[in-house]
Amino acid sequence: MIVIENLTKRYGDLVAVNDVSFVARPGSVTGFLGPNGAGKSTAMRMMTGLTPPTAGRALVLGRPYKQLPNPGRHVGVMLDASAQHPGRTGREVLRLAAIQMGVGRAAVDASLDRVGLTSKEAGRRVRNYSLGMRQRLGLASALMGDPQVLILDEPANGLDPQGIHWMRGLLRGFADQGGTVLLSSHLLHEVQIIADELVMIGNGRIVAIGSKEELLDSHGTRVRSLDDTALHAALSAAGFGVRHDGTVLVAEATPEQVGRVALDARIVLTELRTSGSEGLEEMFLQLTAAHAREGSAA
Amino acid sequence: MTTATDRTISTPDPYAEPEGSVRGPGVPFRRLALVELRKMVDTRAGLWMLIVIGAICVVVVTAVLIWGDVSDFTLQSFLQLNALVLVLLLPIVGIMAGTSEWSQRTGLVTFTLEPRRGRVVVAKLVAATILGLALIAVAFVASAAAQLVAQVAHGADDGWHLGAGVGFGLVLTLVLYVLQGVAFGFAFLNTAVAIVVSLVLPTVWSVATGLISWLDKAANWLDLSRVTDPLTSGHMHGDDWAHLATSAALWIGIPMAIGVWRVLTREVK
Repeated sequence: MIVIENLTKRYGDLVAVNDVSFVARPGSVTGFLGPNGAGKSTAMRMMTGLTPPTAGRALVLGRPYKQLPNPGRHVGVMLDASAQHPGRTGREVLRLAAIQMGVGRAAVDASLDRVGLTSKEAGRRVRNYSLGMRQRLGLASALMGDPQVLILDEPANGLDPQGIHWMRGLLRGFADQGGTVLLSSHLLHEVQIIADELVMIGNGRIVAIGSKEELLDSHGTRVRSLDDTALHAALSAAGFGVRHDGTVLVAEATPEQVGRVALDARIVLTELRTSGSEGLEEMFLQLTAAHAREGSAA
Repeated sequence: MTTATDRTISTPDPYAEPEGSVRGPGVPFRRLALVELRKMVDTRAGLWMLIVIGAICVVVVTAVLIWGDVSDFTLQSFLQLNALVLVLLLPIVGIMAGTSEWSQRTGLVTFTLEPRRGRVVVAKLVAATILGLALIAVAFVASAAAQLVAQVAHGADDGWHLGAGVGFGLVLTLVLYVLQGVAFGFAFLNTAVAIVVSLVLPTVWSVATGLISWLDKAANWLDLSRVTDPLTSGHMHGDDWAHLATSAALWIGIPMAIGVWRVLTREVK
């Protein structure tokens, strides 16, 4: 479990992280979503003791990260897949981590296996790795100590769609065994694929938080019919708010409720679905437009 | 829409982790030192640095054997010659140890695996010292081999004497230079800058002391190369130890204090 309480970081006038509170629970994958420069990485560095918070605190497994004994055995961390010495081989990077964590040589090979890096690839220097391979290597390092918590900054960055689905499977399995996963991303669709819980931040603040279903379903139902005018009237009469979005009606109701109204009014529906991610996407795009700060670190 | 305002976590559920979920010992210091030592030799830059230093020691004594004067062939003179090389190069070994987490951003990994940064600092000091001692051992072996050749080829058979004071003095001096390197590395956290400063500053200091007479007096207390002269020649007396202590405080102690403070408090990005 990761508990973030009123976490705040100021750099002079710039408030990079502003009063952020949330909990990442065991058994679920929490997606930390926000445009570049929203404060995700800063927040994650505060969680792992690399950056002192200005205010608030972060507890990992019930205590501040710095108080974890041999943290590699409890928390798998990958904050930047590219932060590796380019002159070391992938295997050597893992070997160093294995020595420090006190896990045997076998853990290195098991970990390489787990992330799908071949022995030949592991023998190459990190300088020659693609970003996707570096992500896999970083993930291998994070998983090697058999931790209960994973903290991953932009782990899907540089992965192809297949790789993202592979990562979903890996993290899903980790969470299903009772692990806690917190991962960040600046891409909504990426997080939608991988995460169960979403924490969306913009300009250092939390702007949306909840389960993926909650956030995705909370935007009403999109519906088309052969007689939109009648359907609009029927839905209004039933007490649901309705608005037009182009040629589509958006009702503040569940698809089932809309379907029943249509059935009662004997109107033929041609399309019926939850508004889904459009609302979240729209919100995210607004955030990106309003808060993206060029040139500042993510 | 669920937003932060209506769903902040205001009702904390029991955050307490199950008893004993985080158990087990911390990282033993031995493993930290081992990792730091390994990091200094597992990259091409690090490894070649060491190979080149070792090779220079061999080349220097070989050159002396070929072109030198037979009457100079003693183990001690070979060693002192090698020490001149090591005094220049060992600080660089130390600097590379001191800056390594920051030049390639590997600190993100190192300091998450051991967030008690003070322990990493000490591990680096130990690792750099061990590596320095290994290079000093290479210099000893090269010098002894040279003396053996000198004895066989030139009959210089009475040159094996090495005063205990000289041997100890050489090792101590060279270790001090390693530590100075680590201190400069910590203080600047940038390999190039640290190397340039550690080369330029003592030179500027030496030139200045040559020009300004009152500085020259101070240099007896503060010039690291001057105060280690009696140490490497085995003639330490009375004040010499005080000179050594003050000079070490200036060139090692102060940068080390600044450097350790920086490493402990700097944000790792």
